[in-house]
Amino acid sequence: MVGLRPRSLVRRAEGSRVKIKLDTSGLGQSRWYEFLLRFAFGGVVTALAGLIAKRFGPEIGGLFLAFPAIFPATATLIEKHEKQKKERAGKSGMERGRTAAGVDAAGAAIGSIGLAAFALVVWLRLPASRTSVALIGATLAWFVTSVSVWEFRETLWRRARIRRLHALNRPPHDGVHHNAVHHGRSANRRSHE
Amino acid sequence: MVGGIVVSAFALLGDLLKPKTFAGLFGAAPSVALATIVLTVMKQGKEYVSVEARSMLLGSLAFFLYASVVSRLLMRRKLSLLPVTSLAIGLWLVCALGLWYAVQRVAG
Repeated sequence: MVGLRPRSLVRRAEGSRVKIKLDTSGLGQSRWYEFLLRFAFGGVVTALAGLIAKRFGPEIGGLFLAFPAIFPATATLIEKHEKQKKERAGKSGMERGRTAAGVDAAGAAIGSIGLAAFALVVWLRLPASRTSVALIGATLAWFVTSVSVWEFRETLWRRARIRRLHALNRPPHDGVHHNAVHHGRSANRRSHE
Repeated sequence: MVGGIVVSAFALLGDLLKPKTFAGLFGAAPSVALATIVLTVMKQGKEYVSVEARSMLLGSLAFFLYASVVSRLLMRRKLSLLPVTSLAIGLWLVCALGLWYAVQRVAG
């Protein structure tokens, strides 16, 4: 279900591991009003979740604790930044911006599995534990689950890439290497940001 | 105020991390939940929040469907971002309420 096809966004050597990096260069692209927008969105959604719970009860209100309200705003900002980056290089950034937002959404789908783990821990542990302990445990459960599922998917993706590469490198029956082998390799090279 | 701070903090972390699929995990961070739960425990108590968390489990399944559909539409169908991300909110709503209704029916 998760449409993880980074395509042109994935630039990495075939079969190599993806390294998680902390990159502060992206911060320079963000304007002050973009931070303000997220802050306002966060505040509004939190207040809204509380109001819905008050009006319709905790069973309906609880659904909105996993409401993706902030997602459209975040995806729009990602698309805008990627588009600007490409346009600065003199190219059209429309396609790249959209793909970047799509890749981000695929990551969010994985994160939502962690969100379910968070909810499960709060549901089962909060009544018998201190609030701080239950919330720290639940946040850790979100992080560990999300990262584990992400790592698992990366491993599957890497193995599939290696298999594809081996299939391309296998010599044809007449024993002569075909040019398509080399074309295939470069066509399969992907870039990761 | 608390909601804004927690959401901004997780969004900022997402901005700093690479690759993009990993940063995307933070798009489904429990930011709204953390802020709401802290405030609700103080006002309504732990049992109330526990019931909310049970429903949140269904909401997160709807979130999974939402994010998967958005990702697929953006990458395969090449549709415009804002209409896709906004209209799919309706899908989340239908899915979350549908799951909640189904659970109510099964639980009797």
